[in-house]
Amino acid sequence: MSSETQTSALREYWQRGRGQANLMIGLAVTLTLVAVALVSLVWTPYTVSAIDIPGKLQPPSADHWLGTDQFGRDVLSRIMAGAVNSIAVSLVAVGIGAGIGVPLGALAAARRGLVEEVVMRFNDFTFAFPALLSAVMITALFGPGAINAIIAIGIFNIPVFARLTRAAALSLWKRDFVLAARVAGRGRTRITIDHILPNIASLLIVQMTIQFALAILAEAGLSYLGLGTQPPNPSWGKMLNEAQTLMFIAPQLAVFPGLAIMVTVLGLNLLGDGLRDLLDPRLRRLR
Amino acid sequence: MTAGETGPMLLRVEGLTLDYPLPRERLLAPAPRFRALNAVNLHLAKGESLAVVGESGSGKSSLARTVLALERPTAGRVEMMGQDVFALPPAGLRALRRHAQMVFQDPYGSLDPRRKIGWTIAEPLDALESGVSAAERKARIAEVLDSVGLKPRDAERFPHEFSGGQRQRIAIARALITHPDLIVADEPVSALDVSVQAQVLNLFMDLRERLGLSYLFISHDLAVVRHVADRVAVMRHGEVVEEGGVESVFNAPRHPYTQALLAAVPRVGMPRRRNAGS
Ligand SMILES: Nc1ncnc2c1ncn2[C@@H]1O[C@H](COP(=O)(O)OP(=O)(O)OP(=O)(O)O)[C@@H](O)[C@H]1O
Ligand SMILES: [Mg+2]
Repeated sequence: MSSETQTSALREYWQRGRGQANLMIGLAVTLTLVAVALVSLVWTPYTVSAIDIPGKLQPPSADHWLGTDQFGRDVLSRIMAGAVNSIAVSLVAVGIGAGIGVPLGALAAARRGLVEEVVMRFNDFTFAFPALLSAVMITALFGPGAINAIIAIGIFNIPVFARLTRAAALSLWKRDFVLAARVAGRGRTRITIDHILPNIASLLIVQMTIQFALAILAEAGLSYLGLGTQPPNPSWGKMLNEAQTLMFIAPQLAVFPGLAIMVTVLGLNLLGDGLRDLLDPRLRRLR
Repeated sequence: MTAGETGPMLLRVEGLTLDYPLPRERLLAPAPRFRALNAVNLHLAKGESLAVVGESGSGKSSLARTVLALERPTAGRVEMMGQDVFALPPAGLRALRRHAQMVFQDPYGSLDPRRKIGWTIAEPLDALESGVSAAERKARIAEVLDSVGLKPRDAERFPHEFSGGQRQRIAIARALITHPDLIVADEPVSALDVSVQAQVLNLFMDLRERLGLSYLFISHDLAVVRHVADRVAVMRHGEVVEEGGVESVFNAPRHPYTQALLAAVPRVGMPRRRNAGS
């Protein structure tokens, strides 16, 4: 596609998308999250892991907008840095899931037969374990830590993308423009690249947004259980875990990371919904 | 096209049988099968047009797909230009594909919505002919667009910018770009408006005259068949029940099914609504 038609297509999407509340709110929340994460890389109000025991458990104030935790660390700084952690973990995990799942699903749809059978049984096997449980199993096997959490969440994402890709690709393989490509002598791999993947791209983008939200939740869950990000690195889930024992002394310690998770997940879901409405209005009616 | 490799018959179909596997009813029982084509025999000489008619579900599209090696038959042969299509190695089959292209029924489904017209039209060229320079490619696209009454600059546009009739012209242009001898057309006008049907049919006729094309023309509109075909094969339940010259079959049908089919035509020239089939 020429860049000129791409710009005009983008402009058209913008015209239509501007009127969609879910898309705009989702976009705003997501962009804010990314901005906060980027800023925290170069600047936070206080050093993220600087301990200040005399100043511990302060309520929100002008100095510490969101207060301090049991070690006197600035909560706002830790939430900002936690955003980086959440984004990094989710990005890599969803990347693993889509990076492996999409080719597997596309292969299953293109080859059918035994290949499809093997791929789908592998998917069923992986899918049979609840997300968090399988993550717990993996971290139990390989030890806790951010990397293992990423792998665990990534593996859980593989069948999600493989199934979606296979189902969407199978219906495309029956379409006449694919038959036409076969009459033109194109092989299955080439057809997958030329016709199948471009036509399911919007579907995949929407799913990635939703999986991204789920991955943030999963990472928070694992870190809360002590299986994900390890101290002193900041993580929203870890912050919740540490706040638990102080619930009655300093409830704000649980409220702020909880809010951060909630707003982020809600924003990403709105973004996913909005993108779906924008890119593929037919899917909306199916729901 | 090299002479030598063309035998007297462009297409010869012998005992063609196609079974579709159906979903298993029980886990360990063998999958049941549905016979969509049963020992079909057909032949088509160069420059000739053969129509295939029959009610919905009689196996017309299955025949079209199998002739072009999109389905693998259970039994029987498809011989194109003297070569057994299903005995050929992949490279040989690809070489044959240049000579046989297809036009589909639904002009809204046969063009990839994400590809520009020029890309779509050139797909058979890009896939089947090597060593085509960029300039020649462009010229070939313009040539076939011109053949079907469209403008060279339409190559830069997307399918949604065209009407159904224009899209069908684009699909025909794609089928023409490798200069084929045979075009298999599966109900190419039945999804179009009546006024547009006539235009597209005339284009088919015109192209046949100019380019010496042969058609395997599938239709269930008998008026259309009369218009475009030299011979007609009547299909029912996957079998050819009657075959012969258009005039002789239409004026003196021998098989009771053909007689019933002819009697069912409401009025010659009237558009018929497609049955909701498979
Ligand atoms: N992929 C498939 N799997 C199983 N059965 C099929 C498949 N494709 C077609 N059939 C069946 O084979 C029979 C012939 O189908 P086909 O599409 O060739 O008929 P047709 O004559 O083209 O009908 P129409 O006029 O509706 O297009 C039908 O009964 C159909 O249900
Ligand atoms: Mg059909």
